[in-house]
Amino acid sequence: MKRLHLERLANPQLLALVAVLLINWALFPNFFRISWQDGRLFGSFIDVLNRGAPVAILAIGMTGVIATKGVDLSVGAIMAVCGAVAATMVVAGYPTPIAVVAALAVGIACGLWNGFLVAILDIQPIVATLVLMVAGRGIAQLITEGSIVTFNEPSLIFIGTGSFLGFPMAAVIALVLMILVTLLVRRTAIGLFIQAIGVNRAAASLAGIHSRMLLVLVYALSGFCAAIAGIIVAADIRGADANNSGLWLELDAILAVVIGGTSLLGGKFSIPLAVVGALIIQAMNTGILVSGFRPEFNLIVKAGMIILILMLQSPLVGNAAGFFKRDTRQAGSK
Amino acid sequence: MADNNYVLEARGVLKIFGNHVALDGVDFGLRSGEVHALLGENGAGKSTLIKILTGAYQPDGGGIYVDGAKVSLDNPLHAQTFGIGTVYQEVNLLPNRSVAENLFLGHQPRRFGFVDFRKMEADARALLAIYDLHIDPASELGTHSVAVQQIVAIARAVQLSGKVLILDEPTASLDRNEVERLFEVVRGLKARGLAIIFITHFLDQVFALADRVTVLRNGKLVDTRQLDALSRTDVVRLMLGKDIAFSGATDVEPSENPDEVLLEFKGYGRKRGVLPFDLTIHKGEVVGVAGLLGSGRTEMARIMFGADPADQGTLSVNGKPTAIRKTTDAIKHGFGFCPEDRKAEGILGDLSVRENIVIALQGKLGWFKALNRDEQLEIAGRFGEAMDIRAASLDMPVKLLSGGNQQKVILSRWLATDPAFLILDEPTRGIDVGAHAEIVRTINRLREDGMAMLVISSELDEVVAYSSRIVVMRDREMVAELRGKNINPGVIVQAIANHPDEAVA
Repeated sequence: MKRLHLERLANPQLLALVAVLLINWALFPNFFRISWQDGRLFGSFIDVLNRGAPVAILAIGMTGVIATKGVDLSVGAIMAVCGAVAATMVVAGYPTPIAVVAALAVGIACGLWNGFLVAILDIQPIVATLVLMVAGRGIAQLITEGSIVTFNEPSLIFIGTGSFLGFPMAAVIALVLMILVTLLVRRTAIGLFIQAIGVNRAAASLAGIHSRMLLVLVYALSGFCAAIAGIIVAADIRGADANNSGLWLELDAILAVVIGGTSLLGGKFSIPLAVVGALIIQAMNTGILVSGFRPEFNLIVKAGMIILILMLQSPLVGNAAGFFKRDTRQAGSK
Repeated sequence: MADNNYVLEARGVLKIFGNHVALDGVDFGLRSGEVHALLGENGAGKSTLIKILTGAYQPDGGGIYVDGAKVSLDNPLHAQTFGIGTVYQEVNLLPNRSVAENLFLGHQPRRFGFVDFRKMEADARALLAIYDLHIDPASELGTHSVAVQQIVAIARAVQLSGKVLILDEPTASLDRNEVERLFEVVRGLKARGLAIIFITHFLDQVFALADRVTVLRNGKLVDTRQLDALSRTDVVRLMLGKDIAFSGATDVEPSENPDEVLLEFKGYGRKRGVLPFDLTIHKGEVVGVAGLLGSGRTEMARIMFGADPADQGTLSVNGKPTAIRKTTDAIKHGFGFCPEDRKAEGILGDLSVRENIVIALQGKLGWFKALNRDEQLEIAGRFGEAMDIRAASLDMPVKLLSGGNQQKVILSRWLATDPAFLILDEPTRGIDVGAHAEIVRTINRLREDGMAMLVISSELDEVVAYSSRIVVMRDREMVAELRGKNINPGVIVQAIANHPDEAVA
């Protein structure tokens, strides 16, 4: 295990994250200053963790989907639907736990729908999840009846803005979810089966893997993660905004997974590295804001950074420079 | 070579892909006004030869001659200027455009710089009339049957090139009447003096249409013959290997003890798959399956394994009636299946050798009884050693191994599940000699250990050597079951080729 940790520290994603954080620090010397107020930590770095949490949570679910050679475009819309469900239910007087469970159930149901289209009807994932990406916003608007549903229920707000041992609640939820899902796929055979389906679904099925059931499961997990992210975002702004909640976040989540080294062609995947990818994206967003650049720069700098990270991951660059070895064992055997 | 009057000729053509010699000094000559069938099993080099003749590939040695003059064909478009046109199995036209547009795409008749649709449609009508095809040239191509689309494709190819026409499995998706219609067109073109290369898997069609036949095997030219001097048996023999030793079978004791019956298929079959068949398989017995490509060999294996479940008939395993609806059912009853197409259906290319070996066992154990890394390494190491898998590391991606080692990995995958019945579809195709011998040794060892096996193979010598019985497939039907010591490749070839009007005793 120790050797594994050393290898992990040398991977390009963590190096990139460190580099982005250092650049932020150079541009904004107070970046790492952390203060303690009202029983919780404050500071730009903590803000990265907090703001990065929704995309990190989406990326956790998205990793499984992409590893099966799929993609889930509907997660942003599912966030809006689930935020709307949670908000309207607490406004209607339901206790927070029931509203949260209902929102999570709706998220899973959305995921099952995607899974049904992909695994049972054999529709291409990009098209199948496009259905809900479009319809989801409409459903969310129907639930909120076209307005932004605001609420003042403290227990629900806590999920978005509270803290645990000084850390933002959203970041804690993301961390716990990352650990649980990683354990789920690594300690069972599910991770291996997901990879097998992503690499060659026909061969995996012939080898006796219930590929349909597993595909439905990964889409359901993605829907579940989107529901959590949707609840957090709604709780953060104390309201459900059907139009803007989670808007374009599916793209950030896909990017986070790709930065995390999971190929869109399926196969090998890493959930923790996808979370690191989400943090890289957020660190860039925050860095540009706090360092005083105009926010318009954000998109351009982001694109440049992505190109750089993806180049570092390209086998061509890896072989040429010997800069990093994505899989040292594989490289050794050549 | 003017004495041969070849319009298109390949001399000593060599084509190498990596370490694999796809074509090894092949000679091929095509005359005007003949239909020349090109035959060979999958991987024999037919499509490579066609691609070289049409300029899609460049030969690594030898040359292409058109009317006796050496040419260098840069690409299919360039080949067209020499009069060489091709029609593929899948119609590669634009189904959403009109018939006329498809016929003249790229050189539409123009008037004042605009496409002259009226002239184009009149031209199209005239052109199609030659083929006795009277359809509205303005109609969308996609609204017509595949056969009509094929004829349009032929008309276009002939119009553009006009000297040599290559038909690459044009009849694969046609019904009997449509095939006959297509043949009429081809005969008409032949009468007009076109040289036609015809590729198909259907022997009937070869005899119905072709004048001469060239057979390739493993990238080498076997022979070019006049077809009227050949019987079906001769052709099958050429395709499967004329140098097969017509010796008796190796003595394999058929253990036909009724107590030892493992599987009993009765009236087992699937619509559009294989006609119902009966087959009993005993423990410690290898049943060989022979037949040409497309005869239903693979379909039978997939039905048995539940990959394409049977929709009729019954199966009993160890005397108990059993239903196999999906592959996991089959695996639960101790079945294993090594598919013919290793790359598409066998290996998990990007995963490690270790993961590829344990995957079926892990699938059997389920999601939550995960084998940890050490257990996986132990299992993979054990079978890797037993099968002599040559891999630098068990953690290297399986796609980096040679074909033979990949096959051993897939065999190991099933042996790890401790199967009672193993289906091997072409287990020795396309692998090196060493791995070949290892796999044959393994089949013999497993049989002695009491495993039941069904082995599909085109290597008749080999099937004869380890099988106690051989079933022969033809046209998706089990047509013969050969048993006893008088099985030899010659008998099998006759059974494969056997035709009602050409019965052999």
